[in-house]
Amino acid sequence: MDKNSNLYALIKGIVKENPTLVMLLGMCPTLAVTTMASNGIGMGLATSFVLICSNIVISALRRVIPDTVRLPCFIVVITTFVTLTDFLLKAYIPALHSRLGIFLSLIAVNCIILGRAEAYASKNNVFRSALDGLGMGLGFTLALFAMGSIREILGSGAFFGIDLHLPLTFPIFVMPAGGFFTLGILIAILYKFTNKKPPAKVGCAACPIAADCINCAARAIKTTGEEA
Amino acid sequence: MKILLVILLTSMLTENFVLVKFMGICPFLGVSKKYDSAIGMGLAVIFVMVCASICTYPVYTFILVPLGIDYMKTVAFILLIATFVQLVEMIIHKKVPALYKSLGVYLPLITTNCAVLGVTILNTDNSYNFLQSIVNALGGGIGFTLALIIFASVRSRIEASNIPKSFAGVPSTLIAAAIVSVSFMGFTSLLA
Repeated sequence: MDKNSNLYALIKGIVKENPTLVMLLGMCPTLAVTTMASNGIGMGLATSFVLICSNIVISALRRVIPDTVRLPCFIVVITTFVTLTDFLLKAYIPALHSRLGIFLSLIAVNCIILGRAEAYASKNNVFRSALDGLGMGLGFTLALFAMGSIREILGSGAFFGIDLHLPLTFPIFVMPAGGFFTLGILIAILYKFTNKKPPAKVGCAACPIAADCINCAARAIKTTGEEA
Repeated sequence: MKILLVILLTSMLTENFVLVKFMGICPFLGVSKKYDSAIGMGLAVIFVMVCASICTYPVYTFILVPLGIDYMKTVAFILLIATFVQLVEMIIHKKVPALYKSLGVYLPLITTNCAVLGVTILNTDNSYNFLQSIVNALGGGIGFTLALIIFASVRSRIEASNIPKSFAGVPSTLIAAAIVSVSFMGFTSLLA
């Protein structure tokens, strides 16, 4: 597919460059809130909203923001939308707001959002950046939904809160350990079917945009020689 | 005194930032391959978490709350932390080059570490006073370092073992993290 088409900007985030399962970014919310499928979708959509809005604003301001102070500027834009999302959820979906808790505020430090601002929105036009945000957001939401469904079905024998009357459940899946386990298995299955080798590194170090993103681990890794 | 001890043990063990609350997963999985870097990163996190709590407490209590704009805390805290980390990096780099070599390189990693922003928001959510906030940050930082060091030793064993191809790398690391997390479940009844 043509890498410069609008369609590619949209769909690359869903599978090929999936932010969670392929780029391994934003691991904290992926592991923390996915004890229920509905939490996963809620967190995914909240993050997508922030991602799309911040991509649009940052892309629109990309010629105005001076290069040297761009990261503080990005952070302010992102955090503004996080606060907005926090208010909206508190007003309209208070149940979800209390279940996501502190991780709603922590969307502000989700490296997917800052990563897309740095690597994509600050270099591309508004329309493309919005598509990129939408695609990445969908990819993140899908990954969280998959995690949430697996953990809810196996851990509490329910799906979207509806009891499935399973003969056997494994409560460990809704505990913290189950989060690490499910994500590990999910990534292994993904790489088994795509027949590729899983990445050896985690977090910013493995991220394909690491070279462009001065805020991430790449800088520290270069100076220490640490191969994470 | 008793409540301070409870806060310390809670944030360190029963509500461990990495293994129970899932904050700071990226550095936990990224910088845990060697003991030395695990210890360096851990010390840097303890330092920044405590200092961030010291900086954010007066700003929240004396500026944001009286003005009735406490909903701006995420914006205010993240800017404070970013500025503070940048400042510390510059000072250490100029004044104490030896310390910069062992600690400073981890500082840029910490700006977007959600454990640091997380601890400051938890302080305000739980309405801790100044001393309680510092103890909470200290416990969180020590818990982070503890998890990092334990996990670094687990990983050095995994590196040497023979694992299926599709589990090599990240998946095996995550499953090892799950097993370490199970061991921390043993602390849940500690303060019950």
